[in-house]
Amino acid sequence: MGRFVARRLLQMIPVFLGTVTLIFLMTRALPGDPAAAMWGDKAADPAQLAAFRHKMGLDVPWYEQYYNYMVDLFQGKFGTTMSGRPVIEVISDALPVTVRLALLAFAIEIVLGVAIGLFAGLRRGKAFDKSTLILTLLLISIPVPVLGFIFQNVFSTQLGWVTPTVQDSENLGQLVLPAIVLGSLSLAYVARLTRTSIAENIKADYMRTAVAKGLPKRRVIGTHLLRNSMIPVVTFLGTDLGALMGGAIVTEGIFNVKGVGNALYHAINLNEGATVSGFVVVLVLIYLAASLIVDLLYAVLDPRIRYA
Amino acid sequence: MRGASQAKWVVAAVAVALAATACGSNGASSGGAANDAAVNATGTFSYQSSEPQNPLQPANAMEVGGGRIIKQLFKGLVDYDPADGKLRNQVAEKIETTDATNYTVTLKSGWTFHDGTPVTAASFVDAWNWSANTKNGQINSDWFSDIAGYDAVHPEKGDPTAETMSGLKVVDDTHFTIQLTGPVSYFQYKLGYTAFSPLPKAFFTDPAKYGQNPVGNGPYKFVSWEHNKAITVAAYDKYAGLDKPKNGGIVFKNYTQPEAAYKDLVSDNVDVLDQVDPSDLASYKTDLGSRAVDQAQGAIQNISFALYQDGWKPVDKAKVRQGLSMAIDRDTITKTVLNGSRQPADSWVAPGAMGYKAGTCGDACKYDPAKAKQLITEGGGVPGNKITIVYNSDGGHKEWVDAVCNSIRQATGVECLGDPKPDFKTSRDLIKKKQVESMMRTGWVQDYPLNANFLRDVYGTGAAANDGSYSNPEFDKLAAEADKATSVEKTAELYQQAEAQLAKDMPAIPLWYYKTTSGYSNNVQNVKFDSFGDPVFTQVEVKQK
Repeated sequence: MGRFVARRLLQMIPVFLGTVTLIFLMTRALPGDPAAAMWGDKAADPAQLAAFRHKMGLDVPWYEQYYNYMVDLFQGKFGTTMSGRPVIEVISDALPVTVRLALLAFAIEIVLGVAIGLFAGLRRGKAFDKSTLILTLLLISIPVPVLGFIFQNVFSTQLGWVTPTVQDSENLGQLVLPAIVLGSLSLAYVARLTRTSIAENIKADYMRTAVAKGLPKRRVIGTHLLRNSMIPVVTFLGTDLGALMGGAIVTEGIFNVKGVGNALYHAINLNEGATVSGFVVVLVLIYLAASLIVDLLYAVLDPRIRYA
Repeated sequence: MRGASQAKWVVAAVAVALAATACGSNGASSGGAANDAAVNATGTFSYQSSEPQNPLQPANAMEVGGGRIIKQLFKGLVDYDPADGKLRNQVAEKIETTDATNYTVTLKSGWTFHDGTPVTAASFVDAWNWSANTKNGQINSDWFSDIAGYDAVHPEKGDPTAETMSGLKVVDDTHFTIQLTGPVSYFQYKLGYTAFSPLPKAFFTDPAKYGQNPVGNGPYKFVSWEHNKAITVAAYDKYAGLDKPKNGGIVFKNYTQPEAAYKDLVSDNVDVLDQVDPSDLASYKTDLGSRAVDQAQGAIQNISFALYQDGWKPVDKAKVRQGLSMAIDRDTITKTVLNGSRQPADSWVAPGAMGYKAGTCGDACKYDPAKAKQLITEGGGVPGNKITIVYNSDGGHKEWVDAVCNSIRQATGVECLGDPKPDFKTSRDLIKKKQVESMMRTGWVQDYPLNANFLRDVYGTGAAANDGSYSNPEFDKLAAEADKATSVEKTAELYQQAEAQLAKDMPAIPLWYYKTTSGYSNNVQNVKFDSFGDPVFTQVEVKQK
């Protein structure tokens, strides 16, 4: 187990370097000059433009910029935005909000998704199962922005339960509605995955044995059936956490949540390579950590899976 | 102001009616009713805004997010009356000149910065010297280029050779002189721009830190800046200007999606809107009723010709350009495609700016397909019988560009296509490098409400914003004469003559003027907008709750 973890951690290094390099090249390959973009519609003042480019380190060849960027990164420096604010500060402002939003969405999709999937799987072919299939199909087919606007209209404009946008991004209660919107797509997947898995495993030999042993129903379903059916679901959930953090861009825009999406949108608009790559570095790290946890969870769920 | 809509009169009438009822109910009546117009002079209101791009330093704000906040925190020598755009003195007692080159400024006494220190002649001179210096990285530094000695602090290449401009001299605490490199008759108009604001002594010790926590001399003082969330300012009780705040302060709330801001406005969670998003334009007047705002703005939308391309160089092509202009049905496009959010243009200067002359564009801006066809044939036709219009697809321009092209195609048979570039930066890059094939979308938002700003800075030979490389000696001569005039009135008049030259050459087709399409919540009243498209923040009244 220890060796497996070590090997996985080592594998992360090339993945990390590769993604950081890619995103560096991609942000630099964007057309337009970030320094000149500061003037917007107007023509840039050449002397001032040259001074800005020098200050931002844009007046050296790209490989030198890349080298400087990597050296800074390994010292934990993410650079500054064009307004002189440290990127790390921008990240530490926005990240907690999005983490909260994503975790809330994550919790909703796990609890509701697994519960619905379990119920539907156990009553396969019954009314509840059929309506689950229809409902989840609906959720999967409605794009997130549309769902966001529908929820916004129904719950704020029509019913008046909440304000149309989040007034205080730090307030967990106000994040519930955006979290539901954000988590709804994955919720549908989790429910469907769980349902299929349960429906399959219910006929397995170990299930018959457990029932024959006279175990109480709760133990049969909880320990034997559910635990064994969780592997595909956990695989999905692991990658989904990263997707939720990145996918929050749309939801955060609709509900005016001041998280990663909001900050990234602003940075991309201003062609701020340093901020964009800073966020991506952090998101890559989260993604890598989540997939490591998933791999480790396999062993916990199914002892047959061993790591040498 | 021209083009004032009926909505504005309705607003005025409602405001009067509300004020009347407030007088009647006086005090502790059953408050809380939506149309109770008792005013809370210390109440604050919120505004739809965006994160400033730069630290809050007066010469460092070019975009609206920072610009509108700087405007509230600082007040310069002069500003523009929001009602009619006319120049009025603020910190200046008087600004005198006899030759349009040498100016003597006398300051009013009694002005203080928010930290209590007085505003003196040195506050201006030091601020301008610092802001003009290349190494201080101020985005508006070239605004000081008229002043003698600018080359020393802001050379075209290399490091500055001086710290101060020779053209600025402090006489005493309330007097200073400005010497320009040549006559600029409307220099006073430029002085209203925020880059010319004064700075307190405290600024120079740590300008970067100051940029996060600015101390100005304007109607509002800085309270807090929560990055990417909101900026809060409060009324300054010792403000000495003409426009004392009628409210207690403003919260500039950040929105990345205008749709979200609009939803918040409708439900009274934000009080004043910057602009109604395109998807709600069709319904905002019904949603908001008398709280909807629809007013002319000092900005124009053009499509310019790439005159540096060989096909457009021959003299005859002016006729073709006029013909193309006549082939555009401005009335229909502004009404349908743009939902009435624009006003058809009849000149190259926006109404509301001093020197605007209605109808300078003449028949060329009137829709006439038959005449259009005839002019294009007389001028030898469009090069390749095809035009493309370069535009950025991230700014909501696609719909009208397509409509303009359709109009041209139907009226004249000339093939016309929109040529979208993914974003603003990409299209600007192409335009700056002079790689446009035939036409491009260009626009101009006034820096100050004077026709010179719409003409000299856009169509002068070699001007920074002259995207089409238009060059006409007659225009340049008239502009130079106008700059030498000793009164602003004379300048405006001479620039009108220069504008007449544009009608002959048609280097750019004026399409329409921008309008402020906005609205406000049930919590506020007396919300009016100036020609810059900003609300008159100091005049907004917050209703008693």
